[in-house]
Parts: sequence; structure tokens; C-alpha cells
Amino acid sequence: MSEIVIYTVVILVSLGAVAAVILFWVSRRFKVEEDPRLERVLEALPSTNCGGCGMPGCSAFAGALLTAQDLSELYCPVGGNEVMKEVAEILGKEVTERDPFVAVVRCSGSFEHRKQTSVYEGAESCTVAAELYGGDHACAYGCLGLGECVEACDFEAMYMDERTGLPVIIEDKCTACNACVTTCPKDILELWPVGRKHQRIYVACKNEEKSGVARKECAIACTGCAKCFDECKKDAITIENNLAIIDYEKCSLCSKCVVVCESGVLHADNVPETQLVKLAAAREKRIAKEKEKKRLEKEAALAEAKADK
Amino acid sequence: MSTTTLLTVSPSPHVHEELTTPQIMRGVIYAMLPAMLVALYTFGWDALRLTLIAVLSCLLFEQLISGSLLGRKMTITDGSGVITGMLLDFNLPSNLPWYMIVIGSAVAIGIGKMSFGGLGNNPFNPALVGRVFLLTSFPVAMTNWPIPLMTAAVDGTSGATALGILKDGLRQGQTVPALMEDMPSYANMLLGYHGGSIGEMSALAMVLGLVYMLYRRIVTWHVPVSMLVSIFVFTGIFWLIDPNQYANPVFHLVTGGVMLGAVFMATDYVTSPFTHRGMLIFGVGIGLITVLIRLFGNYPEGVSFAILIMNAFVPLINKYTRPRLFGKTATS
Amino acid sequence: MSLRASTELKHFHKGGVHPHEEKLSADSSIEVLPPPKMVTVSVAQHIGAPPEIIVERGQAVKAGEVIAEHKGFVSANIHSPVSGRIGKIDPVMDSSGYKHMAIAIRSKGDDWLEGIDRTDALITEITASSEEIVEKVLSAGIVGQGGAAFPSHVKLSPPKDKPVDTLIVNGVECEPYLTADHRIMVEKPRELIVGTQILMKALGVNRAIIGIENNKRDAIELLTELTKDLDGISVEALRVQYPQGGERQLIEALLGREVPSAGLPHDVGAVVHNVGTTYSIYLAVQKNQPLVERVVTVTGKDVEKPSNFMVRVGTPVAEVIAAAGGVPTGTGKVINGGPMMGKAINDLQVPITKATSGLLLIPEEESHRSEVYNCVRCGKCIEACPMGLEPYRLMLLSKGKNHDKAKEEHIMDCLQCGSCSFICPSNRPILDYIRLGRSKLKKVSQ
Repeated sequence: MSEIVIYTVVILVSLGAVAAVILFWVSRRFKVEEDPRLERVLEALPSTNCGGCGMPGCSAFAGALLTAQDLSELYCPVGGNEVMKEVAEILGKEVTERDPFVAVVRCSGSFEHRKQTSVYEGAESCTVAAELYGGDHACAYGCLGLGECVEACDFEAMYMDERTGLPVIIEDKCTACNACVTTCPKDILELWPVGRKHQRIYVACKNEEKSGVARKECAIACTGCAKCFDECKKDAITIENNLAIIDYEKCSLCSKCVVVCESGVLHADNVPETQLVKLAAAREKRIAKEKEKKRLEKEAALAEAKADK
Repeated sequence: MSTTTLLTVSPSPHVHEELTTPQIMRGVIYAMLPAMLVALYTFGWDALRLTLIAVLSCLLFEQLISGSLLGRKMTITDGSGVITGMLLDFNLPSNLPWYMIVIGSAVAIGIGKMSFGGLGNNPFNPALVGRVFLLTSFPVAMTNWPIPLMTAAVDGTSGATALGILKDGLRQGQTVPALMEDMPSYANMLLGYHGGSIGEMSALAMVLGLVYMLYRRIVTWHVPVSMLVSIFVFTGIFWLIDPNQYANPVFHLVTGGVMLGAVFMATDYVTSPFTHRGMLIFGVGIGLITVLIRLFGNYPEGVSFAILIMNAFVPLINKYTRPRLFGKTATS
Repeated sequence: MSLRASTELKHFHKGGVHPHEEKLSADSSIEVLPPPKMVTVSVAQHIGAPPEIIVERGQAVKAGEVIAEHKGFVSANIHSPVSGRIGKIDPVMDSSGYKHMAIAIRSKGDDWLEGIDRTDALITEITASSEEIVEKVLSAGIVGQGGAAFPSHVKLSPPKDKPVDTLIVNGVECEPYLTADHRIMVEKPRELIVGTQILMKALGVNRAIIGIENNKRDAIELLTELTKDLDGISVEALRVQYPQGGERQLIEALLGREVPSAGLPHDVGAVVHNVGTTYSIYLAVQKNQPLVERVVTVTGKDVEKPSNFMVRVGTPVAEVIAAAGGVPTGTGKVINGGPMMGKAINDLQVPITKATSGLLLIPEEESHRSEVYNCVRCGKCIEACPMGLEPYRLMLLSKGKNHDKAKEEHIMDCLQCGSCSFICPSNRPILDYIRLGRSKLKKVSQ
């Protein structure tokens, strides 16, 4: 009996010893030399694998970071400046800070603002619908409302507003990874700098029709009337194809354009209502003043003419 | 516009083939009715009891798992649960205790189907998973076959199947021709007066079901025909070599679960290959494995195992029988 | 031709489905509609570069006058379909579902440009040289009228290193409901044969096959009779099978040659022209008529009078439907083209284009898709795909955003014939998702 036990123990122990020797040798022989910094960089990255950096995933990005001469072309929008700084420290390279961005919805065509003209039936995909036609409503430029962008978002930073039929971006969760921007077949979504005090002013419309047509298609459509263009002192607004476009690099967020827009397509995110009211009041006062001035001038001219007679 | 309602806009095509999945499922159920009637005739209320328990417990487990546990939308209306239940009971002896039937249903639906993601995702035929589970768990109950009602008065209440008699006889050194004397006649096997699972009774009823499914274009001929032909050919070869050791091919075709397997088990969409070419390979494979198990294995019957084994090969078959791309020649 | 059993008839060998034929308007002869009061001529009527508009608002034009000139090789001229005065030149919604530049013309009388022969007299003698034929086809603005609207002169100028030996005239019309080509074959057979000879001359081939599906017996018999003494032209009856009218399928059915995956018909020595196109080419070469009118089938189960009309390009769809008895109450969907590949339109004011082969009005109860069930892996879509693809798999890959893999699986070879979606017993929107994948891949390659 005891013999069996002894044999078993001896055989098992020697087997284990042989296996251990083989394993040790193999691990030495086939060791892959890996840059130890790679693991640290990977740890620093948010490991969301969202592709916002333009690479297939975080490990590909880490590899690119390691081999790149300078990091100015590489940026992780999810981690932002903090993570990039950390990465730069690990790698001992320079990093350029970037302004944080956030996605904005450039369409105001909610259910109440634009008329439905047909019923779409098919795969719940904006791309499929866009391949078929301009959409189930009159405006061919606007949001199709099938929520492909929401599906594309890895960060749960978007949802479809059932009341309006338009996507809504939750600013705190948006990482500006660009996924929704590239997926939207109508290019409704754009990345915009988060801005001072989280304020952004943009044209929430992409309609390039002439004013009459555009207005017929949607109650809130940019008609290209150029009032905002006239108002802007920073040359941040241009009118192209009957559509106002704001250059965010030039915009000073004065919000004066928002007040003059009659169609209401100029969105001022996080600009307090009071400020807009104040601006509107100031504008009204100014217009009244100008009117008064003109009237006075006219009267003066008339009086002068009378006096001349 | 003269229409008041909004026009529907959808991507093409705008017309659709009439045959839908629920219709197909119903069609399969109709095709099983002849066999069901034969079972009722041969086993009486026992067959009905078995069927009701199997079908209802299958539906119950499907609803419990997919509806309550996983919170998916209701799937029991698509008819696939009923089919699993009916196929399971076709594979069971009619005197099986009720709790075994329920356990079999639970395994069929729970492990065979739902654990893979429900209809369309299961690699193995759920009814066969349930059957094989029961066979290995309750071997005695599962191989003690009640004798059909008309002969019961003479012979007692239970016994083995024709294949069981053959296997046991050969083990004891008897020859096939001698054993054949004790066998039910071919006419009885064709019509269903012999021992076995309730769905194994009548080969004729199975053929009837197959003809109906072919007519409705629910199945194609490829799987059943290739499977039957391969069984016929392989058993034929051995029979020609030594008729004393191996039974003749016709006997093999009409006994056991061959017809049931060929018509209802192997033709299951989900667990059979996509292309006609793949189906032929699949059918021949089942035939070959069945013959190997029957002639050289421990079990008298091998159809269930053969189908399950070939089910496992389906992804591989699909991979190697992919359709040839139009315009792709051997040179390019 | 011998009356062979339908099983012996030629047909394509990979995939295919059999939708109900529903050729309700097969016996209605072509009715010429008078020029409408107003036409809207879109510049987006063909594949390729849009032509350049060369008229101005207020200008008077005659019917047949060029109003937009082709730009580049793969492009086509557009002519005024009516005589009258140019109205607004603005983007207008067309059957593509988007707005494109369109020229509105208010018509007055029916005054044709000098040199255009509008009589019915048959001219059989072909005096034009092959270069002149190509030139005339180009200036007449002729595009393929089977649906794709590919400029025809491009197909008549195959590259020198690809010798073409056979011309195929496509009279298959495999789409259910449509009968426009059928009526042309029955009513204009002699013109069609001269058109075929013109094409043979232009291509320098001495073999032409007119392929017709066996559900058009009258056309087969008539054309067989008329071509029996002609060298090189034969008529081939084909077994009814969708999508036999696809260029690749038809070439395979008739010649047994498969056009390579990314190739074109001339890679296997064949050129395919549709029956309607061939007729237009006859009119262009022999009679100087530009392509400004075409045969349009108006059909549907509830349509009062399923008809075939000769319609001027630019006529609003609503007017053409009105001529067939108007939109029936309870119409849920209007399709530009046939039910398998046609495009649903959302506005009945869109104009007829050179590619509008039919208008199909579907009742409300048949306009909607049925409930979608789980894929049961029946493999029917694979057996139905005429291109040898695995549609269910392409759908899964596209749905899972695995577009690169889908490309490896040849998603770009898909004809979008719809056989997979048609056959799927679980009503899965297979083709929708294949379109999604293709669209995403196109976006990437841009």
C-alpha cells in the first residue's frame, strides 16, 4: 500500500519538475521584447476603443504614440489634454494642448416645425433611408430622425428626443470621438469647441434652398437673409448657398446674431436667456434710437426746407 | 395629390414571397400529423398524453426562459416550440413517466435552444438534445418500448425494438436470417405496428409528411434523399459481404428512427447546412455515422447521435460549400 | 423557332426567384399621350456627369432642341420634349427622392425642330457609318431605358483591346407588372430589327440575339418570323426567372459566359442593349429623333385601366397616372419602376425621366412590410442570390459595422436585385442592410 503512495508521489513530483524546467526554458527562449512604456501608455489611455483618434483601437493608438516623432498629429479626444499630458510624460515627448470639443446638432427640424410628407418603412438606419430619398419630410437637408448617430455613440452621450424627433447631445458625456459625425449621412452633426463657459453659437440648419422654398420646407430654416452677417462685427459669419455659416475660430460669442435671427436657427448653447433678452432690448433701443434720429433728421431737413422757402 | 393618406416609401423589393417562417412552422406541424395519427392508433391515449406534456412543457419553458428570464419579446407564437415538443415526443417511448418528459423538454428548450440565443442560433437540434439527455440519464426507461395495442394482448406490455432484438441476437451469436423470423413484417413496419418511439412507428406516415413538405417547398429533397440513399448503400455493401452478420438495407431503412430523422430531424433549417451541396454532404455523413453505430456500435440505434454529430459539422460544411461567386473563374 | 418545352429553354444558372408576373397591361397597346401643358426636365436623368444647361428663362424652344449639353464622355444631351417657352430653372424633386436642377418648359403647340422625321414610315436602309451612328446616339441623348440609364454611346464604344462578338438585345423584362418593352416588341418589331442592325453595324459584330422571356409568346413568335431570313439575328426564348433582365444574368443565360466580378460585359465579348433603347436608337439614327419620349407602363391591381403610354420626358407622374384612370383610392405606395427594383416615390409631381419604365400603384394593404422573425438559417437567400453571395451574412456584417469584412465577402458585387429580401421567410430586411454596408464602403472610398 505504502509503495503505491510513494511511487505516485515520486512520479508526480518528477513530472512537475520536468514540466517546470521546460516551461522555464520556453519562457526564456521565446520571450518577446516589449517596450515597457507601451503598457504604461495603454494604462493611461481610456481604453474605450472608440476609434476617435482615427486608429482602430487604443492599443493601435498606443503603438502609434510610441513610434511617432512628435505627438502633434496624435490626439485622444476622449482622454483630452490630461491624458495626453500623462502620455507625453511617460514617453518624454512634447504634446500640444487642444481645445476640448463637443458634438452639436445642426438641424432644428422637429416634428412640429416641418411637415411629414411620406411614411418611411425599412431598416431603422439613416444611411439606408438617405440612399432612398431625402427623408419623410419636405427638407432634404435635415435630420432623418432614425437615430443612427445614437446607435454609433459608445458613450451614451446621445438620445433621440421623442418629442422633437431630433438627437440630443449630453454635453458632459460627449467625448468628441467623432463617431456620430462620420455616421450621419446628412452631415447634421459637427464637432464644435466646447467654448468659453460652455457657450457655443451655431446655425442649426443645413438647408441650402432659397428663402421661400426653405421656409416652406421647415418653420425653422435658415433663409440666408444675411441679417446675422450684417450684425457680426468679427466677420465670423458667411453666407453660402443661402445658408449662414459661423466660423467658430472667429466667433466671440457676443450672441448679437442670435437676437437678430428671425427664423430662430441660430442656437446659443448655454447662453443665459437673460443675456439674450438684454441684448434684444438693447437692440430694440438702438433701433428706436436710430429711428428717432432719422425722424429728427428728416424733420430738421423739412424744417430747413420750410425755412428756405 | 389625390390621395389623402401619406404614401409609404420603402427600399425595394416591394413584393414578397408568400411563405413566411410561421407558415413554415405550421407546415411542419401539419406534416407531422399523419405520424401522430398512427401513434394515436397504435398507442392510444398514452401517445396523446406524451405529446401534450411534451408540447406544453416546451412552450412553458420557452416562455419562462425567453419571456420572463431574458425579457425578450414573446416567441412561443412562432411555432418552433411546438415543433420541438412534437419532435421530442416522437423520439420517446409512449409509457415514459411524465417527469422525464418534462425534464427532456427543459433540456431541449433550455440547453438545446435558449442557451444559444433562441430560434436560429442553436447548433444542435433541440429535440435531439433532449432525447439524448434522457437516453443517457434514464437508459432503462428510454429503451423499454411498449408494444402496440393490437399485439399487446398476446405478447405482454413491453419489449425491445426490431433493432434491439437484432443487436442482442447478434451478440449472442445468432445469425441475421434466424433473427429475421422474429421480426415484425415489413408491412407492419411500414404501417406502424411494431415497438419503438411513438414517431418511429410508420415509415409510410413519414414519407407522407415529406411529400407534403416538398410540395409546400418547406424542405428540399437533398437532405432526406442523400441520407436514405447513403444508409441504403452502406448497409447494402455490408449485407452483400456477409448476409449472416448484417441485415439487408431495406430492413435498415424502415426500422428505428431513420425515416423520422431523415424527414423531420435532419431537415431542420437551423441545424442543417445552407447550400444544396452542403445538404448532400450532411445527409451522406448522417447516413454513414448511423450505419457505423448500428453495425459496430454499442447502441442498437444511431440516428440521433449521427444527426447531432453532423450538426456539429454544419459550420465546417458551410465554410467549404460556400457558393461560387458569379464571374469568378478558376483562373481569376 | 421550335416549340420547345419550357424546361429546355435557356436561363441563367445561379440563384433567381419567381415572383408573380402580374403583367396586367400586356394587351394594352401603346397610347400616345399629347404633350402636357408643362414639363419639368431634370438634368439628373442618367448615370455620369450631369449635362450643362444651355438655355435661359424665357427663351423659346422647339421640341427636340438641345437644352442641356453633355459634359464629358459618360454623360448625355437633354432635349426639349415640347415646343414652348423655358420657365423656371430651379432644383426640383425628382424620382431619385432628392432635388436636382430641372428646366421647366411651358408648352405651346407641338412644333419640332427642322430635320426631325416624326412620320411612322419605316426606313430600313442604314446609310450612317459606324462612327456616325455613335455620334448620332450621343447627340440624341440616348441612355439605357431598362432602368440604370447608362449613356448608350459609351456602350457602343468598347475599348479596342476587348473585341465584341455578340450584341444582345434585352427583351426579357423580368420585373413583374412592367410591359413597356413587351409592347414595343409587339408594336414596333420592324423598327426594333432595324435598330438591332444599326447596333450591329456600330459595334462591327455579325451576331445579335434578341432574348425574350417565355411569358411574351406573341413577341417571340412575331420577331422569330420577321428575323428568319436575316443573317446573324436570332430570337431566343428564355425561361421565366428573375432577375434574367440583369446584364450579367442575360449574358450567362444566352452565351454561357460569366462577366468577371469587377468587369463589364465587353470583357466577355458581349454588349447588351435594352429593347426600348434599341428602338430609340432606330429613331435617332434613321429619323433624327432625340430621346424625348418613352413608353411608360401604368399598372397596379386597383388601377382602372392598366396601360402603356408613349409619354414625353418631364411629364408629371400624376398626369400619366390620370390618363390610366387616376390614383385609385386606398393607394399606399407609388413605385417608379417594377416591384423588385423600383423606387418608391413620395411626391406625384415628380417628372417622368428617360429611365422611367413604369409606374406601379400598390394598394395600402400591400404597401407595408410584414413582421420580422428570427433568421432560421434556411439558406434560401443564398440559393436565391444570382451573384453567388451569402446575403444573410452580408446583412449581419453590415449590421455589425464590420464593413471591411463585408467588402472581402464581395458586398460590392451585389446587384441589389432584391431576391434575398423577397425570398426570406422571416421577412428580414436583408437588402436594406446590404445597401447600408455598400453605402458606408462608398463613403470610405470617397
